[in-house]
Amino acid sequence: MNAITEPVLSYAATASREQVLLALRAVLPPHCILSREEETRPYECDGLSLYRSVPMAVVLPESEAQVQAVLKTCKKLRVPVVARGAGTGLSGGAMPHAQGVLLGLAKFNRIKHVDREAAIAVVEPGVRNLAVSEAVAPFGLYYAPDPSSQIACTIGGNVAENSGGVHCLKYGLTVHNVLKVRVITIDGEVIELGSLAPDAPGLDLLSVFVGSEGMLGVVTEVTLRLTPKPALARVIMASFDDVEKASDAVGKVIGAGIIPAGLEMMDKQATQMVEPFVRAGYDTEAEAILLCESDGTIEEVAEEIERMEKVFQQAGAVRLQVSQSENERLLFWAGRKNAFPAAGRVSPDYYCMDGTIPRRRLGHVLKAIQQMEIKYSMRCANVFHAGDGNLHPLILFDSNLADEVRRAEDFGAEILELCVEVGGTITGEHGVGIEKINQMCVQFTRDELDSFMAVKRGFDPECLLNPEKVIPTLVRCAEYGKMHVHGGALPFSDLPRF
Amino acid sequence: MSTEILADLSEQVRSAAADNRPILIRGGNTKAFYGNPFVPNGVASVMLDMRCLKGIVNYQPSELVVTALAGTPLQEVIDTLDASGQMLAFEPPGFGSGATVGGCVSAGLSGPGRLVAGPLKDFVLGAHLLDAQGRILKFGGEVMKNVAGYDVSRLLAGAMGSFGALTQASLKVAPKPFETSTLEWELDEAESLERCHSWRAYPLSVSATAWESQGSTGRLRVRLAGAAAALRSARQKLGGVALDQEQAQSYWGALREQQLPFFNTEMLWRVAVAPGTAPLGLGPTLIEWGGGQRWIAASLDAAVVREAAVRAGGHATQFRARSSSAQPQAGVFHPVAPGLAAITQRLKNEFDPQGLFNPGRLIPKA
Repeated sequence: MNAITEPVLSYAATASREQVLLALRAVLPPHCILSREEETRPYECDGLSLYRSVPMAVVLPESEAQVQAVLKTCKKLRVPVVARGAGTGLSGGAMPHAQGVLLGLAKFNRIKHVDREAAIAVVEPGVRNLAVSEAVAPFGLYYAPDPSSQIACTIGGNVAENSGGVHCLKYGLTVHNVLKVRVITIDGEVIELGSLAPDAPGLDLLSVFVGSEGMLGVVTEVTLRLTPKPALARVIMASFDDVEKASDAVGKVIGAGIIPAGLEMMDKQATQMVEPFVRAGYDTEAEAILLCESDGTIEEVAEEIERMEKVFQQAGAVRLQVSQSENERLLFWAGRKNAFPAAGRVSPDYYCMDGTIPRRRLGHVLKAIQQMEIKYSMRCANVFHAGDGNLHPLILFDSNLADEVRRAEDFGAEILELCVEVGGTITGEHGVGIEKINQMCVQFTRDELDSFMAVKRGFDPECLLNPEKVIPTLVRCAEYGKMHVHGGALPFSDLPRF
Repeated sequence: MSTEILADLSEQVRSAAADNRPILIRGGNTKAFYGNPFVPNGVASVMLDMRCLKGIVNYQPSELVVTALAGTPLQEVIDTLDASGQMLAFEPPGFGSGATVGGCVSAGLSGPGRLVAGPLKDFVLGAHLLDAQGRILKFGGEVMKNVAGYDVSRLLAGAMGSFGALTQASLKVAPKPFETSTLEWELDEAESLERCHSWRAYPLSVSATAWESQGSTGRLRVRLAGAAAALRSARQKLGGVALDQEQAQSYWGALREQQLPFFNTEMLWRVAVAPGTAPLGLGPTLIEWGGGQRWIAASLDAAVVREAAVRAGGHATQFRARSSSAQPQAGVFHPVAPGLAAITQRLKNEFDPQGLFNPGRLIPKA
């Protein structure tokens, strides 16, 4: 083991908490700094509450100049900085660093400019995703990426995570809908990535920045591409008596040359969980249902719905229902979007996973998850973006019961590793954060992880922005590898690991 | 077989690295004209010929992705997709029959379909890189959504081999539209720009646009693509004269490959501009992408074009020049802002500290 050496970064080696606060007070007004425990505690975690850490201080700057000053200060004192939007992330990406500063961007909440003709909006990072679509609705436009948390999540967080949503099969992810970002580097310098023109000269740094989980810079402004609102949207609800048949139907729709506006699957566990809560009219007898949306002009939708129905019939659907009104369409989706609150009703805790796999492996992986339910004696509901092959298994557990947290985590880890095994990835849209950092060792070789580190250093040479996330260290991978050798029986299971 | 070829390519890189010899990465050699010239460091350079590495590795139409080795002819990929009713929606130019997948991704160029479908980089799902240490690094994959680690495969798209040689790429594909139709109008430049700009915010099934001057006025051609019903209603709203299908197809192909008479010029500038930009008035012009991409066929001074491009919120590239002496001092690409240049240099140093790969082609030598 003596071969394992890596640079150990000793953060805040030169600065105490008092020194950091003193330096921050020199650049920010008092009301922008939170330092008392009762003020900083609410920021200890994001949407993944399994991982918590209270920061030294929380800063809530109100201007770009203040963000620059905060970053310059942190750089000078070598203090880690973690940026945060609404804190709705599901992988611990915004979990603070105990020796660091949490940089909240909630006050950057203005929509600065909307150009109707050019179909673009310039917004600050703290603007909520849904607020963009609401603001541009009078122009017949909307912002296409629609993560389920769109009521609360912010555009800055969407950029950090490259968020998706139910409509990204047809309209793309965040990376496809962001034209330009204004970024403050760890040096406090302003840079602009991307362009309003079709492209920018040099390397495509914007694409590598989107989805970088706050590790390369802090966003202060985002230019979004808006999409014309379709005249009509209708959704088909197709029931299947077998999960594999439903999975095959997904590939058949795509194979028929159709790109639906949304193509989602819910298994029986999920529909039975949601139906009493939402009364969406789901077929709770079916082993799986598919929700398949068509949008466009009235004629276009009529033509496409007919084509989709034919595919589903041939794929063995036992029941087909097409939304007859906008209200009914929204009701069909309401059940899908409320799967998480519904899970909260039927189970004290749930753990949402996020692997992506090739579509043709959907049936295989869903069956394997059913086997794992038996192995871990835990229920798992599946409600997910089938068209993208992006799974969201919801593991239901009770953290008050001995051992259940660990078993839920192991269950999740096994699902993610299966995703990698069948040619997929450990995260489709939630990010790695701190949660999936161990599985990074499974998906990538050490050389590949080192090259991620190289990218990080290209932007942030001293690794002060959201450190110790996403890219596992050599030691961590070695330890995780050892844990696996012992097959579930963890050595030193009393040691804190995360 | 590809394992042995890969091992051989790795060995070539390692031995070049040992001798500090610069490496010229070459596919079909169809885009050698594009970008800055390769800058040798005085030592004999090594040519890494990627054409030995060819073949489609994986293609299942229902997965909407094709994975091919870097040396695979681009045309072979296009033909294979076509047989299953699919396509590369960004319509990459080949600029010659020898064009390869690796060259296509490394050059990062998109054709007429980019207007609505998006640029090449939006379609890159994964890539394998032969790096300066002779290692094969795998980024991204074959699935549509993937946020594990940084999106290095998109960074490699258009990087012109600055970080190493692509050995394999996975590209998202799209179903071919059920129908296409091309409309034509006689319009001058300003009017054509206004019209294209006004369509942006409406769902009109426009998939490509091209305006070219013709005598005292000009001609705008617009390609519609989609379901039959959508095209019917778009045609009703837009008007214009419908072009014969075959004539239309050959026109968009010739535009993509720059085989139209317009492109027969001493010097060709590409100016990318923000939406709503008025005519630039720089010389003979051909406009694509609803106004966003402007080709200028004139021997212009770099400073003049660049200033106009910056005023229009964009940038200018000297795309082709018959005489290499006409190359701008600062290179054919628009210089990037100092902050970005610093990040670019750091990335280059991290991945290729000896500066072996394609020196000078995209990233100026430090």
